[in-house]
Amino acid sequence: MNFHLILFSAFGAVCVAGAVNLLAQRHPINSALSLITVMAALAGEYLLLGAEFVAAVQVIVYAGAIMVLFVFVIMLLNAGEEEETKGSRVAVMFGVPGMLIGGVLIAWVVLRHSGTEAVAIGALPGDPRDIAQLLFHNFLLPFEVTSVLILIAIMGAVVLASKPESQGKVD
Amino acid sequence: MVPLSYYLLLSGFLFGCGVIGFLIKRNIITIFMSIELMLNGVNLSFVAFAAHWHALSGQVFVFFVMVVAAAEAAVGLAIIIAVYRTRETLNVDQVNLLKL
Repeated sequence: MNFHLILFSAFGAVCVAGAVNLLAQRHPINSALSLITVMAALAGEYLLLGAEFVAAVQVIVYAGAIMVLFVFVIMLLNAGEEEETKGSRVAVMFGVPGMLIGGVLIAWVVLRHSGTEAVAIGALPGDPRDIAQLLFHNFLLPFEVTSVLILIAIMGAVVLASKPESQGKVD
Repeated sequence: MVPLSYYLLLSGFLFGCGVIGFLIKRNIITIFMSIELMLNGVNLSFVAFAAHWHALSGQVFVFFVMVVAAAEAAVGLAIIIAVYRTRETLNVDQVNLLKL
């Protein structure tokens, strides 16, 4: 039992608790807050692996921007507790056992066939400068394509969320 | 020292929780959050493999996944707002018609 394993277990426990809480809660705002907990704990895991850039982006973009958008939409639409329906009960009956069996199989394969070597604390050599070197040299074309993607997403969001004109619509 | 398989198990658990939430949740916003949880699980395994193989490009892939997730969240939430405006419900069981 060393310090690295203790930190990994602490952050991992927070992750697992948040993910289970996301499933257990019935109100969307509670699920959103537990998802923020999962993302913050994952940032801690990234720091343990030495990925400072990814940890910072995780907190700023994921836990910050995206989840604020989620919470904003939940409050805008005044989402209440979800009601249980026949479909969800069938999904619980068949989905959860199936996932458990699949999860046990995956865990068995992973523990059996990989990762006998340990990952050292802060194992990644890269500081943000190396990542920038990689991002703006080797991955320059994908980077530019993502900017086009973001632009299309902005336009799509504006078009979809704007109020539809009521012409030709019979209410 | 933490073995790589622990990171992979945590990542797989998060992905599995996302799949379960996608299956059992009936609120369209919570289903969307389950998809984000799946993306987070995949990101963790990307970073763990990057650390294991000392390959920095894994972190760049995580960056791209986050960009796509941000675009997806913006468009998806706009679609949810549009659905709520026409159906006045967030329950996916009641959203079963393409055209009203």
